[in-house]
Amino acid sequence: MSEHDGRQEVLRLQGLQKSYNVGKSTEVEVLHGLDLRLQRQDFAALVGASGSGKSTLLNLIGLLDKPTAGELFLLGEATRGMDDARRTALRGSSIGFVFQFHHLIQAFTALENVLMPLMVASGKPTRAQLDTGRALLAEVGLAGLEHRKPDQLSGGQQQRVAVARALVARPALLLADEPTGNLDSKSAADVFELFRKFNREFGCAVLLVTHDPRLSEQCDRTVMLVDGRIEGDTPTAASAT
Amino acid sequence: MWIEWTIATKFLREGKAQSTLILVGIAVGVAVIVFLTALITGLQGNIVNRTLGTQAHIKVQPTEERNRILPPAAGSVQLVLENKRAQRLRSINNWQQVRDVLDTLPQVTAVSPVISGPAFARRGEALESVALVGINAARYQQIIPIQDDVIAGVFRIGAGDAVIGKQLAADLGLRVGDKLRLDGGQGRDSVVNVAGIFELGVRELDARYVYLDMKQAQSLLNLPGAATIIDVTVDDIFAAEAVAARIARLTGLKAESWMETNGQLMNALRSQSLSTQMISLFVALSVALGIASVLSVSVVQRTREIGILRAMGTTRPQMLRVFLVQGALFGLAGSLLGGLSGYGLVGAFNTFGPKLFYIPVSPWLLVAAAVLATATGILSAAVPARSAARLDPVEAIRHV
Repeated sequence: MSEHDGRQEVLRLQGLQKSYNVGKSTEVEVLHGLDLRLQRQDFAALVGASGSGKSTLLNLIGLLDKPTAGELFLLGEATRGMDDARRTALRGSSIGFVFQFHHLIQAFTALENVLMPLMVASGKPTRAQLDTGRALLAEVGLAGLEHRKPDQLSGGQQQRVAVARALVARPALLLADEPTGNLDSKSAADVFELFRKFNREFGCAVLLVTHDPRLSEQCDRTVMLVDGRIEGDTPTAASAT
Repeated sequence: MWIEWTIATKFLREGKAQSTLILVGIAVGVAVIVFLTALITGLQGNIVNRTLGTQAHIKVQPTEERNRILPPAAGSVQLVLENKRAQRLRSINNWQQVRDVLDTLPQVTAVSPVISGPAFARRGEALESVALVGINAARYQQIIPIQDDVIAGVFRIGAGDAVIGKQLAADLGLRVGDKLRLDGGQGRDSVVNVAGIFELGVRELDARYVYLDMKQAQSLLNLPGAATIIDVTVDDIFAAEAVAARIARLTGLKAESWMETNGQLMNALRSQSLSTQMISLFVALSVALGIASVLSVSVVQRTREIGILRAMGTTRPQMLRVFLVQGALFGLAGSLLGGLSGYGLVGAFNTFGPKLFYIPVSPWLLVAAAVLATATGILSAAVPARSAARLDPVEAIRHV
C-alpha cells in the first residue's frame, strides 16, 4: 500500500452476478454481470433508483456477501473462493464502512468505537494506536469528546465518529452507504468534506452510495446502476476542475 | 481473548437489569445446591460417625464350621439330609500372625484382636446376661475411643478390673469400686472389680458389654490364648468393603465390613444422596436454561451490533467467544454469590437451627460449585453463542 503508487488497482469486478433464492422457484437475479474498476484515489459515487441493486453491490464489495457468479478482486486478490475467516480478515484490514445510520456500539466510548477495527484484529490498543484514534477524532472535529458514549453525541457527531472508525485501519477502500442521508445539510457537508480530505491525504478509494444528486456531483466519477446493470460510468464536472 | 472479554463485560454492564436478574436467579440456585449438599453431607457424616463410634469398620472372624459329607461309594447315589452345625465359640487360628499381617496393610489404621463371648453377671439375687469383651486396651482404644465415653471411674482392665456399661450398672445397682460376679458357665466364674462405667449411647451395648483383660476373658470362656474376632479400622471408611474383601482373600477368614453389617443404613444413605443429586441436577438444569434464555434474548437484541462488529472484522470464533465469556461470567459470579449465601444459610442453620448436629462446609464445596457453575454457564451459552456467530452480517446490519 505505498502512497506514491497512485494508480494502483484497488477493486475489480468481473462479470459479477448475484441471485437470491438460487435453485428455488422464487429465484431472482439482482445483478447481471457487472464489470467495474476502482483505482487508488478514485472518488466515485454509485447512484441508482431504489431496487437497482446498489446495496446488494455494496454488500458484495464489502465482502459481507458472496457473488453467485463472476469474480471480485480486492487489492488483486480473488475473493470468491475465500473462506469466512479470510474474508473477515481481508475485510477488517482493507475496507472501511460508513453506514446510513451511524451504527456505533452503544456500550463503548467514541474513542473505543473508533479503535474497534484495530482492537478486533490485535487486542488491547497500543499507545500509538490510542494516539492515532485521538488524532483521527480531532481531525473529524471531535477533540475532547473521546470518552462520550454514542448516545451523548449528536447525529452528525456520531456519523463523524463512524467516519473516523472507518479510516482507523487505513483501509484501501472506503464504502459509504447513504452516509449523509440522515443528517442535516450542514453536517452532511462536513462529513462529505471529511471523505474528500481522507481521499486526498491517505489515498484511499471511496465508493459512495447516494440518492442525492448534489452529493454525486461533487464526486470525481458517477457510476449509474439501473436494474442490476451499469448504465453509465462518467467523470463528473467536479473532476474536470 | 482481550477483545472478547472487553466486549462481553461491556455488554453485560450495559444490560444491567437483565444481568442482575439472571445473576440473582443463578445465585439462588447455587445457594440451594450448596446448602442442600452441605446439609446432607453433614447429616450423613454425623450418622456414619455415630454408627462407627461403637463398631469397627471391619470384623474378621473364623469361617463357619460346616458338615463334612462322606463321598458316595462308586456307582451309587447319595441323598443327604443335612442339619446345619451349631457354631461354637472358636478362636481364630494363628490370630497373632493374622494380626501382624493386617498391621502391614496400607489402608488399615488399627487392628485389635478381641475375645468375645456370653456370660452372666450376678450380684446377689440379680442376674443379667452380658457379653464379655476381652481386649488389649491400647489396641482396642484405637478402634473405639472408649476412654472418652467413661462417665465414672477410669478405663482400667486387668488384674481383676472390669469396665461395664451404664445400663448394666443401673440394672445391677453397681457403682465404681463395687464387686461383680461373672459366670462363664460350666463352673467357670470370677469376681471382678468395677473400675469404670461407660456410656456409648447405644442401649444394647450399655446394657451388655463388660470389658475385661483378654486373659481373664479367655479363661472365663474356656478358650485359653484365643481371639474370636479381630477388629480393624481403615483410613477411608467407604473403602471398607474393598479392604474387607482383600483381607478375606489374604487370610481365608470371614471379613465383614460395616457397610455389610449396616446394610439398611447404607441403603438409606444411598437413597438420600441420590435424591439430593436429583434435586441439584434439576436446579442446575433450570439455572442453565435461565442463562441460555437470557443470552438468546441478548443475541436478538444485539443483532445489529453483532453485524457491525462482523463488518469491522470480528471473526465468527471471536463472536462465539464473546457470548461464551458472558455465560462463563454469569456462572462464576452467580456461583460466588450463591456459594456465599449458601455458606450463610449453613451458618444460620448451625447457629439458630435445631442444633441436632453441626454441618461443616468444606471450602472445596464452594470451589466445586464455582467450577461447575462456570462450566454450566459456558455450556448453556453454547447455543446462543452459535447463533450469534452464525448471524449473516448483511441481515444483521439491516436489523432494527
